[in-house]
Amino acid sequence: MAYKMVQMPEEVAQKLHLVDDIVEKYKQVPGSLIPMLQEVQELLGYLPQEALRKISRGLEIPLSKVFGVVTFYTQFHTEPRGRNIIRVCLGTACHVRGGQNIMAKITEFLGVEPGGTTPDLRFTLERVACLGACGLAPVMMVNDQTHGRLTPDQVKEVLSRYQ
Amino acid sequence: MSKTVLICGGTGCVSSDSHKVYDRLEEELQKDPSSRIEVKFTGCHGFCEQGPIVIVQPDNVFYCRVTTNDVPELIEAMKKGEVLERLLYRDPVTGELSRSREEIGFYKKQKRLVLENCGEIDPENIEEYESRGGYEALRAVLGKERSEVIEEIKKSGLRGRGGAGFPTGLKWEFTAQAEGDKKYVVCNADEGDPGAFMDRSILEGDPHAVLEGMLICGYAVGADEGYVYVRAEYPLAIKRLKIAIKEAEEKGYLGDDILNSGFNFKVNIKAGAGAFVCGEETALLASIQGERGMPRPRPPFPAEKGLWGKPTNLNNVETYANVPRIIRMGADEYAKIGTEKSKGTKVFALTGKINNTGLVEVPMGITMRDIIYDIGGGILDNKEFKAVQIGGPSGGCLPSELLDLPVDYDSLTEVGAMMGSGGLVVMDETTCMVDLAHFFLNFTQKESCGKCTPCREGTKRMLEILERIASGKGQEEDLETLQRLARVIKSTALCGLGQTAPNPVLTTMKYFLSEYETHIKEKRCPAGVCKELITYRIDPEKCTGCTLCAKHCPSGAISGEKKEPHVIDPDKCTRCGVCITKCNKDAIYLA
Repeated sequence: MAYKMVQMPEEVAQKLHLVDDIVEKYKQVPGSLIPMLQEVQELLGYLPQEALRKISRGLEIPLSKVFGVVTFYTQFHTEPRGRNIIRVCLGTACHVRGGQNIMAKITEFLGVEPGGTTPDLRFTLERVACLGACGLAPVMMVNDQTHGRLTPDQVKEVLSRYQ
Repeated sequence: MSKTVLICGGTGCVSSDSHKVYDRLEEELQKDPSSRIEVKFTGCHGFCEQGPIVIVQPDNVFYCRVTTNDVPELIEAMKKGEVLERLLYRDPVTGELSRSREEIGFYKKQKRLVLENCGEIDPENIEEYESRGGYEALRAVLGKERSEVIEEIKKSGLRGRGGAGFPTGLKWEFTAQAEGDKKYVVCNADEGDPGAFMDRSILEGDPHAVLEGMLICGYAVGADEGYVYVRAEYPLAIKRLKIAIKEAEEKGYLGDDILNSGFNFKVNIKAGAGAFVCGEETALLASIQGERGMPRPRPPFPAEKGLWGKPTNLNNVETYANVPRIIRMGADEYAKIGTEKSKGTKVFALTGKINNTGLVEVPMGITMRDIIYDIGGGILDNKEFKAVQIGGPSGGCLPSELLDLPVDYDSLTEVGAMMGSGGLVVMDETTCMVDLAHFFLNFTQKESCGKCTPCREGTKRMLEILERIASGKGQEEDLETLQRLARVIKSTALCGLGQTAPNPVLTTMKYFLSEYETHIKEKRCPAGVCKELITYRIDPEKCTGCTLCAKHCPSGAISGEKKEPHVIDPDKCTRCGVCITKCNKDAIYLA
């Protein structure tokens, strides 16, 4: 995965110093790199290079290793993300019940491909392998809310609830 | 008489707005304090399809698909002691109404052992768990010798519920016998198989059972610390587990000198970060240690060298949840359930083209037919059963000839599938087997960690061949190449993910070979799924020229004069299928 040099948004730069507190908190806990990255991402919305450098220095592990872990897990992001995260399930049950039609409708509506973010940072669109709500297939999650038994026609209305 | 309303708070029902029903009930009941009706959230009832599910006790009435608008009428009925018929479950085949859960076909053939508390208790209240015998097994175990506990588990015949079915008691014994100043107990809750949600429902509905199982294991193997590794996609499960740990600590079931026995045990939660391969045990341990979740060769097994190099016992959620039940009912009694070599029950997530989707628990040895037709209520829209995929991307696809196969570890392995974690996806005549094999292989290929060559490169080559076949460019020798690649990957990949990745391809080729051949020789997809092998046509006899399809076609592929039959340009058509759904004259068909 290539690391695109992205300018940090102003509000992220302002919160960057808080990363030091997180590093301090986890410094002594063995195996804490992943929870630390999760907390930093929760705080900043994504993992800017500047934050990774702070973590690397704080934990005294090479930046290359931190970067290796970040890029291994799909949950970590190195670019700014939308305010609302859409996760469309394309797992087995959703696949056989037409999850791809939901995805097609959303890409058409938002004008971004899976993995992409709308220019106004309102939505980030992702595909996931299974949300574990197969009884309600096809399913998508917006932030922490699960929407089930979807039809392509409902997509627009559901998304309009998230600003 | 006072009544209790149990509302399902599992992920399925919450997304069908069960929390709104809860709020509305509370709101209405506050207006009338004399009603003596109490409202409670419970865990998953398993019948997610019919959610939100509401049960009224002590009358034991089972309501489904309850909405906020039903609330006033429901309260009226409860006050009068009546049953609100319109919200009862109606059998899709016979049309009969069922009053209680026990009367519904979906529940009749189930044996709910692990799920006995799910949907019955408030998972965020430890006292409800205690009132149903919770933590009694721990109390009983703490007075016994460690070896006695392991003996009991061995005698029960319990096998791992997460995949390959390794005997649990034996695993515990290895960890107990391993030398080390520190030992760990790890619970694998990284349920990643697409189409599976058993572990999520257990954690959400009965988290203390899992903790109690881990505690008993910790005592038996001599560990004083445990980890639960949960998928980050399960926020509700993580929340409930956190509450359960806190409650158990307050009650003295977790911490130092548990129940004055001198036994210490603490439990930590680790949230995964999104990598399917972390369900493999050595990869999971690497991930807990904060590294890339890549598997390593075994031996040494985690029982000898696990977390931070210390002896570690790893089992999955359902396996641990079985443990307190075994201790409470006794190993001999438990071993009466199931078959000779597969004891107890298994929880399955029943999904796909089936009438009753949801979570079911059945005794081992039940036939697939019983699960699909009696519990699952048959195939959706009365279509023809074609296959069932068991065990997710590592499992296999079984045809109708094998419907009477007993569901147990060994019978499934014999036919090329596996129990896996318990996903059961049912498919009908409209599912294309080449597309399905492609779907699963695409999944495992994407999730391959890249450490070993057979998995990284081999699955990629297999996928390319499948893509070729699905797009009508397949050659006859492709089938043999697929077989050869599959054999090599199975025997040489480093971990379970790679070794089982070819299973969906191998089983679909074994049982549905003619479908592959039709794709290759006739360049045709019989199920009408593979986009490059189908053409949309308009029947000029039926088309009235209403122009509806042309208006909705996103690629401008449909043309024609008003009130004249239209035509589709196959070069412009993207096979999105919008036109079929828009046409109300049934004039568009697949050729």
